[in-house]
Amino acid sequence: MKDDPKNISLDTRLALVTRKFDKVSHIEVDQEKFKKCEEKAVLFLCPAKVYVLNEDNGECIINFDNCVECGTCQVACPEYIKWKNPHGVFGLSYKYG
Amino acid sequence: MENQTKPDFDVIVVGAGLAGLTAAYALAKEGLSVVVLERGEFPGAKNLFGGVFFSTILNKLIPDFWQEAPVERHIVKRRFSYLTPDTEVGFDFRTEKYNRPPYNNSFTILRARFDRWFAQKTEAAGAAIYPRVVVDDLIYKNGKVAGIKARGSKEGEYDELTANVVICAEGANSLLSEKAGLRSGKSKMSRQNRAIGVKEIISLPQGTIEDRFNLSGGEGVSIEYFGDAVKNTLGSGFIYTNKNTISVGVGCTIEDAADNKIALYDLLDHFKSHFAIKNLIKGGEVLEYSAHMIPEDSYGNMPELVADGLILVGDAAGFANSSLYHEITNLATASGLYAAETAIAADKSKDFSKRSLGLYVDKLKESFVLKDMKQFRNFVGFVHGHRQFLTTYPTLFCDSIVDYFAVSETPKSLVKKSVINKAMKKINIIKAGVDVLGAIRNMT
Repeated sequence: MKDDPKNISLDTRLALVTRKFDKVSHIEVDQEKFKKCEEKAVLFLCPAKVYVLNEDNGECIINFDNCVECGTCQVACPEYIKWKNPHGVFGLSYKYG
Repeated sequence: MENQTKPDFDVIVVGAGLAGLTAAYALAKEGLSVVVLERGEFPGAKNLFGGVFFSTILNKLIPDFWQEAPVERHIVKRRFSYLTPDTEVGFDFRTEKYNRPPYNNSFTILRARFDRWFAQKTEAAGAAIYPRVVVDDLIYKNGKVAGIKARGSKEGEYDELTANVVICAEGANSLLSEKAGLRSGKSKMSRQNRAIGVKEIISLPQGTIEDRFNLSGGEGVSIEYFGDAVKNTLGSGFIYTNKNTISVGVGCTIEDAADNKIALYDLLDHFKSHFAIKNLIKGGEVLEYSAHMIPEDSYGNMPELVADGLILVGDAAGFANSSLYHEITNLATASGLYAAETAIAADKSKDFSKRSLGLYVDKLKESFVLKDMKQFRNFVGFVHGHRQFLTTYPTLFCDSIVDYFAVSETPKSLVKKSVINKAMKKINIIKAGVDVLGAIRNMT
């Protein structure tokens, strides 16, 4: 019997998504505004952990390769996130959808 | 460059989802020149939903489509289930009436496959479909939308395409409608009017699915879960059966996720580990993880649906019946069809102004799309303001039913009294009465 499917990490989940990686980020974060924001909701709202806090300088690390293109980040935190669609040849392609 | 009398196409559709493809299919059938621009690697590549496609409109365009389309299963049974950490109370029904054509127009589908098929049908009907094209902006001529700007291969370069009408079908994350000024103020995408959903496709042998869910042949089941399934947020969990996979997911408004500091992948784990769920997914292998926004636009705060030369359809327009019905795909396809009919009429009159395209809004108002949205306009707002319907009342019902059926040596007359007394202690009966009346008024 295989493991219960609950026992998989987000990294394993993300590895299941077929995609082509771009060298350039399709996401911009206004670091100053991010630092000032107390809530920093993107850190947990993003379903692909694109955004990680750099504990050393308080800035937001952008793991744009993780992005599953839902757009939640810029709807939740428009003050400091600018998100645009990745270039046509890049980003994810669902096998099932 | 643009010549008003001779644009590149009669109509440009942005986005090869259900709404966009329906529009393009209907336009192509009528002989208009139409192109669908899709940012994905292929049509369907970036398309996602929970799992059940409501097909009344498509069945009119392509009768008996299920005979050739890659559908998974038709839904013969629906279940609504409320979970507390240790109890499940549900309501379900199943009927043979849904087990014959047109199968209650409810099919589980996988969008990467289904939309790809639909795109092929649309292409065969005469539409052009260009994948890998990202539309970043609209172009205007004399204040009227006259085409689109697609991102070129080099930074800052754009390719332009012109048309009499642009149909914006870019989905729930509608950047164009905001750019075009159709969404402003309360109709801008927000934490309140967008939900976020995550889903896994879990593989199980076909026989296991059919045994576990009591199905045979192409039969399928849709189960929606509330309460502890989504940690009592304004959202739900779901299981939909496909052929040899099941779609398992959770969703809630962005506002609720933010306020409760909920990460959706954690919420999904929480749901999958619940005692009522874990045995249904046992032994399955996760094949794909996905996330998407879901429109929850309220009737009172809809975006502008048309502008000169521009029509918004589907999720981009925010069409969703966010009540217990959870209908979105049928609203999307209907809006695509009405947009096509409107563009066809405009093509005849050669009038592509906002006023002329207003026919689209009239059609929506005369149809179930806006009638249902109007009917349930207070549903989400009511639940939002009356959290007791998400927690206190259903939990009380679960507890009462568990107590009521508890086997003991206490005479049933005393059990009944004790259950009622316990319940009365937890709620204010007058307030509950007012709440119920409010619920009947706002939620039905």
